[in-house]
Amino acid sequence: MNDTERKLGPTILKADNISLAFGGVKALTDISFEVKEHEILAIIGPNGAGKSSMLNVINGVYHPNAGSVTYRGNVRQQMKPHEAATQGIARTFQNIALFKGMSVLDNIMTGRTLKMHAGFLAQCLYVGRARNEEIQHRKKVEEIIDFLQIQSIRKTPVGRLPYGLQKRVELGRALASEPVLLLLDEPMAGMNIEEKEDMSRFILDVNDEFGTTIVLIEHDMGVVMDLSDRIVVLDYGKKIGDGTPTEIRNNKEVIDAYLGVSD
Amino acid sequence: MFYREAGQFKTSYKADQAVFPIFQDRIFVAIWLFLGFVVVPMLANEYVFRAIFIPVIIMALAAIGLNLLVGYCGQVSLGSGAFMAVGAYAAYNFMIRIPELNPLICFLLGGLSATVVGVIFGIPSLRIKGFYLAVATLALQFFTDWTFSRIDWFTNYTPSGSIAVQPVEVWGFVFDSPIRKYLLCLTVLVIFTVIAKNLVRGRIGRAWMATRDMDVAAEIIGIRPIYAKLSAFAVSSFFIGVAGALWAYVHLGSWEPLAFDINLSFSILFMVIIGGLGSIVGGMLGATFITLLPLFLNQLPIWLGINMSTAMVSHLEYMIFGGLIIFFLAVEPLGLARIWQITKEKLRLWPFPH
Amino acid sequence: MGFFVEVLLSGLMAGVLYSLVALGFVLIFKASGVFNFAQGAMVLFAALTFVRLLDILKDSFAPITLSLIITIAMMVMLAMAIERLVLRPLVNQPGISLFMATLGIAYFLDGFGQTLWGSDIYTLDIGIPKGSIFILESVFDGGVLVAKEDLVATVIAGLLVVTLAIFFQKTRIGRALRAVADDHQAAQSIGIPLNYIWVIVWTVAGLVALVAGVIWGSKLGVQFSLSLIALKALPVLILGGFESVLGAVIGGLIIGAGEKLSEIYIGPYVGGGIEYWFAYMLALGFLMFRPQGLFGEVHIDRV
Repeated sequence: MNDTERKLGPTILKADNISLAFGGVKALTDISFEVKEHEILAIIGPNGAGKSSMLNVINGVYHPNAGSVTYRGNVRQQMKPHEAATQGIARTFQNIALFKGMSVLDNIMTGRTLKMHAGFLAQCLYVGRARNEEIQHRKKVEEIIDFLQIQSIRKTPVGRLPYGLQKRVELGRALASEPVLLLLDEPMAGMNIEEKEDMSRFILDVNDEFGTTIVLIEHDMGVVMDLSDRIVVLDYGKKIGDGTPTEIRNNKEVIDAYLGVSD
Repeated sequence: MFYREAGQFKTSYKADQAVFPIFQDRIFVAIWLFLGFVVVPMLANEYVFRAIFIPVIIMALAAIGLNLLVGYCGQVSLGSGAFMAVGAYAAYNFMIRIPELNPLICFLLGGLSATVVGVIFGIPSLRIKGFYLAVATLALQFFTDWTFSRIDWFTNYTPSGSIAVQPVEVWGFVFDSPIRKYLLCLTVLVIFTVIAKNLVRGRIGRAWMATRDMDVAAEIIGIRPIYAKLSAFAVSSFFIGVAGALWAYVHLGSWEPLAFDINLSFSILFMVIIGGLGSIVGGMLGATFITLLPLFLNQLPIWLGINMSTAMVSHLEYMIFGGLIIFFLAVEPLGLARIWQITKEKLRLWPFPH
Repeated sequence: MGFFVEVLLSGLMAGVLYSLVALGFVLIFKASGVFNFAQGAMVLFAALTFVRLLDILKDSFAPITLSLIITIAMMVMLAMAIERLVLRPLVNQPGISLFMATLGIAYFLDGFGQTLWGSDIYTLDIGIPKGSIFILESVFDGGVLVAKEDLVATVIAGLLVVTLAIFFQKTRIGRALRAVADDHQAAQSIGIPLNYIWVIVWTVAGLVALVAGVIWGSKLGVQFSLSLIALKALPVLILGGFESVLGAVIGGLIIGAGEKLSEIYIGPYVGGGIEYWFAYMLALGFLMFRPQGLFGEVHIDRV
C-alpha cells in the first residue's frame, strides 16, 4: 500500500490515557492513540497484551477505569455496546461470535437491525413496511453475500460451516450495519494462506470502496505490514510503539518485546 | 414421491422469503387446513373433539407461545401455568364485570393481562440467566397459585373458589357444541400461528434468536437486550394467556386454581422440548404428543385386557412418561420437529440419497 | 420477645432441612452442571424405600441398620443407573436438555417408587424423640418452646452439612469434584474420570436425600408430598448461589426463618398462606441486586 496516495481524513477516534483493570489485574495502562478517518490501524502485541480489551473499551463492552475515548468529536467514558452500534461501530470477534442456530442469511440480516423500523403490528402481520423492509434489506444483504462470495451457503446454519467461512460471515454481519468504524479482532486467526489472502483482499476492498475506517488485531506480521497504514504495539497492557509499518519494523523496543531480547 | 423443488426458481427475494417457498409445502398446508376445517368436523364425534382435538389445539397455542420465549429467545420459563391462569382469570373478570364486552375481546384482554404480568416478571431476565431465571419464573407460578386461591375478588367471591362459566356467545352465536368450540379454537390457532411465523422470520425474531445464541454479540450489533427479552416475554405470555382463557372457557368450562398449577407448566415445557425448541411446527407436534400420551397409556391396559388399579395405571403412566422424556432427549434432542425436517430433506432427495 | 425467638428458632430449624435439600442440588450442579430437578423425587424414593424396608424387616435382628444399608445400596444403584442411562447419553447436551432429563427422572422415580412401594402415607419411627421442651428459660420469661424432633433433626442435618463441606474442601475426591465443576474437558484431560465422579456425586446427593427424607418422613409421615419439598429448596439456591455449599447453608437458614416470620407477622394482613411464595419473592427481590446469589461467583463474559 502506497501511503502517499491514500487520503486520510481528520481524527475519528482518539483514546486518551485509557486504563482498565479486572480486580487487581491490569489489562491496560495509560494507553493513548488516534485513528484517522479511512485509516487501517493495526494493534499488535504478544498474547495477553490487552489488544482485545482495547477493542472492548472502544465499543463499550468494558468501561475503562480511567481515561476517555473521543469518537467523532464526542468524548465519552462510558457507553453501552448497542449505543456504540448506533454510532456506526461494528466489530468481529477473536473467537467467532456468530449466532450458531441461525442461517448465514439471518446472521447477516441481524446486522441490519438498526436500519429497520417497522412497527410491531406490521411485523405480526408481515404487511406494509415490515414486508418491504425485509425485501429491501435482503437486497442489501445479498450484495454483501456477493461481495464476500458466500452465495452458495446463504441458507446454511452457521454452526455447520468451517472456521474460515464463519470468519467471513462474521465480517459480513459487521459490514451489514454499514459501519463507519470497523473493529476486527484477529480476522485471520487459524486460516491458511489462501484464506488469509482472501480476507486481506476483503478488508482492503471494504476500506477502499466504502471508506470504512478499520482497526484490526492480527498476529501475522506479514499481513499486518502489508495491510495497515499505522501500527500500535501493546505489551503487558502498555503501549510500546506507534507508527508506520516501516517505523515499527525498526523500533528496538518492539523487536525486543517480540524476540524476547533484553538489554 | 413428488416432493421436489427442482424447476422452482425464485426470481425475487419476495418469493424466496415466503413462509413456504416450496410449492408442495403450500399444497400440503392447504390440505391440512382442508382436513382441519372440513374433513374433521364431518367425521369426528363428540368424545374425540372433547378429549383430543380441543385440548391439543389449545395446548399447541400455549406451546407455540412458550417456544417463542424458550426456543427462540432462549429464556427458560417454568411459569406457563401461571400465564395461563392470568389469562383465564383476567378473561373471567372482564366478562363478569363488563358484561357488554364481546367474549373474544375478553380473551384478548386476558392475553394482554398475561402480557403485562409477563413483562414484569421478564424484568429479572435482564439481570439473571439460565436456571436462576427458571427458578425466578417459578416464583410467579407460586404467586399466582396463591393469588387466585386466596384473594376472593378474582373468583368473584364464589364460596368454593372454583369457577363455572356459560358457553361463550359471540354476536348471538353460542359456542356450546364440541364442533363449534373446535372450530373456534382452530381458527384462533391458525391466526396465532401465522402471527408467530411472521414474527420469527422478521426483525424481531432475529433479535430473539441472536439474543439466544450469543447475547453479547447481539448487543454489539445494536440489538438492545431489554427490547429483545421483554418483547419475547410479552408476546409469549400473550399467546399463553389467550390459550389459558380458551382452556378455561372452552375446554374446562369450570375450574379451580389447581387447574393451572406447576404440573401444567411442566407439561407445556415438555411439549416445547419434545416438539423441538425453536420450531413452530414443533410446538404443535409436542402438544399433540404430550396430550395424547396419557390418553393412550390409560387405554393401553384396557386394550391389552389387563386388569389394573387406577393408582397403578397412574404410577405406570408417570414412569413411562419420565422414561420417554429421557429417551427422547437422548435420541433426538432437537425434538419431533427435527425428525419431521429430516423426513422432508430425505423426501427431497428421494430416491437418490446422495 | 420470647415468641419472636420461638418463631425464629422454628424457622431456622426448618431452614436447616431446606439447606440439606439445597445441598443435594448444589453438589450435583457443581460437579456436573446439571440442575437436578429430581432431588425431591429422590427424597421421596429414599424415604419410601427405607420406611417399607423397615416394615418388611421389622422382625429381623437389626431392622433399622439393615434397612439403612439396603436403602443406601439402592441409592448407589440409582446413581449408577442415572449416570449410565441419562447422563452418559446426554453428555455435551445443553443445560436445558439435562434439566429436562432430570424432570424425566423425577417423573420416573415418583412413579417407580410408588409402583414398588405403594402410595399410602407411612409413619416412620426410628426413635427420634417426640414432644416439646422449653429452652432458654433463663433468658426469656417462660422460655422458648421447641419440638425435640426439630432439635434432633437440626443436629443431624448440621453434622451432615459440616461433613460434606469438609469432604468437598479437604479430600482428594472433593478436589476432583471441584476440578470437574470448573471445566469438564480440562478435568478429564488431567486424568479425572468423569463418569466415576458423576456416580459419586449422585450417590452423595442420594444419601443427602435419604437423610432429608427420613427426617421429614418421621415428622410428616412418608408420603407423596415429600417429592415437592425440593420446590421449597429452590429459593435457597437462588439466594445462596447454585455453586456454593456455604450459600446453601446460609440461604436455607434465611429462607426458613424468613418464611416463618413472614407467615406470622405479615400473613394475617394478606389472607395467610404466604409462606407458599414468600421465599420465592424474597429470593427474586434479592436476585435483582445480586444476580449471582449470596456466594455465587461472578463470571466475566469474555468476548
